[in-house]
Amino acid sequence: MTAMQKPSVSHLGTGALLFASRDAFGDAVQERVWAVADAAPAWPGVQETVPGMNNLMVVFDPAATTAADVAARVEAAWLQPPGQRSAGKLVELDVVYGGEGGPDLAEVARHARLDIDTVVALHSAAVYKVYFLGAHPGFGYLAGLDPRLHTPRRAEPRLSAPAGSVAIGGMQAGIVAQTTPSGWQLIGRTDRRFFDPHAEPCTLLAPGDHVRFRAIGVER
Amino acid sequence: MIEVLSTGGLSTVQDAGRRGYRRFGVGVSGPLDALAASVGNAMLGNDPGCAFIEIVLFPFRVRFTADTCIAVTGADVRGTLDGVATWPWWCMPVRAGQVLSLAPPASGGVGYLCVAGGIDVPVVLGSRSTDLKAAFGGFQGRPLRRGDLVGWQAPAAEVRASRSTRGFGVQALRVPGGDHREGSEGEGAAATEVRVLPAAEWPGFTDEAVEAFLAHRWKISPNSNRQGVRLEGPALAMRGKPELLSHGIVPGVVQVPPSGLPIVMQCDAQTAGGYPKIATVIAADLWRVAQTPAGGHLRFRTVTLQAAQDADAAQRDYLARVRRAARLGP
Repeated sequence: MTAMQKPSVSHLGTGALLFASRDAFGDAVQERVWAVADAAPAWPGVQETVPGMNNLMVVFDPAATTAADVAARVEAAWLQPPGQRSAGKLVELDVVYGGEGGPDLAEVARHARLDIDTVVALHSAAVYKVYFLGAHPGFGYLAGLDPRLHTPRRAEPRLSAPAGSVAIGGMQAGIVAQTTPSGWQLIGRTDRRFFDPHAEPCTLLAPGDHVRFRAIGVER
Repeated sequence: MIEVLSTGGLSTVQDAGRRGYRRFGVGVSGPLDALAASVGNAMLGNDPGCAFIEIVLFPFRVRFTADTCIAVTGADVRGTLDGVATWPWWCMPVRAGQVLSLAPPASGGVGYLCVAGGIDVPVVLGSRSTDLKAAFGGFQGRPLRRGDLVGWQAPAAEVRASRSTRGFGVQALRVPGGDHREGSEGEGAAATEVRVLPAAEWPGFTDEAVEAFLAHRWKISPNSNRQGVRLEGPALAMRGKPELLSHGIVPGVVQVPPSGLPIVMQCDAQTAGGYPKIATVIAADLWRVAQTPAGGHLRFRTVTLQAAQDADAAQRDYLARVRRAARLGP
């Protein structure tokens, strides 16, 4: 594995730091992110780690440690090649594309200059990797979206995107797990449940899992 | 038990917040004004993790079915206990059958009702806080309604206020920057002073945008909620059009979506976001944002990391003093 560069560091207030990769986007960086995210909670003053897309947020108690100490430890750990991680599970999801559950399907097709069937075919052909869970409970950020389907977020976030919405945000794919405001483009709908606060673990998806979408219908 | 007789809505059970589950996408929840809630718990001698009721819309009226001690903090919340006036930021004994009525604060804002021992609801994912978005935790995962019966836990130690008839208070905290009641418009009008640290995309904004961010009196949109305070004012432009990779965010982050209008993330903030971040409100000033009502104004000022840390430390010292005071006295 090639050597990584030190990540960029920025402050999120006094109690959190954001580390972003300077290397080419991809799985190799994400493996480092996961490894540091797993290790950091054992360090003094570190409260939580939140992996992102090739980046990592570390939340700490500023009364118990310093930003400088956290940054130094993360940088050192980031440069260490990570150990082998267990392979994730494959989650297959049935999707109805377009229609009421996918109001932005036409917009994604227009942006990609493709017809709707091609968009659906490309989206459901890929095997996606869960990079991290975030935004809201159980929402998985998926890598592996065909570059032809990369679509910018909406200029004004929707006040309500329904749970089960299959969505695109820039180069990322995902499934809305709780009805929530969202700026992502909604292209379809699945009825699987992604979060249960009383289950262990509380989410269907975990970082490292794989996801495949199966088109069971296309509405225009 | 606390019997809810009437509520303006959006009153929820919260505690210090849900920690350790952000990596599942589960937000922190907890109080909008953690400082006021902490003072309420401190006055009662409660553990900082004890749960309480956050009141966003007034009036709020409850009956107590047993003797206990309560504290009312937050906005300038005045009320009555069986018809006798109560003061904001006050801790007092209550008797079984007494009715507490809390009136809308004159200048808006949220209030806290803390009870000795803390509100007793099941712990879900490590916290008693209500997650309104995901509808779990707190009292059945929802805001309190008329007729709800909310229990409390037995206090671990004797409560100072139980030894007096009138209880005691602390100096009410008011947002620096003035009065947000209607009619305060124009030059020199009220604007809550909010200190910020520049965030990662600060250098990506145009000079005009940075200047406007710091100079403008930002009006709080009625479209604001526990997730974020939406601001009305000049659109903030960036030099380029970055499409950022999603990453973790915390309450206090000021995101700027493509509309250019900033959103200050609050305690129900998403755990991750992808909009450019111009700044982060320092932890010590999050309560100031929370206590400025819709229609009120904010003005931002940058501080150094050291100044932000000093402000955090000063707030911790203040809370420690309140905790000590609660152990002393008659």
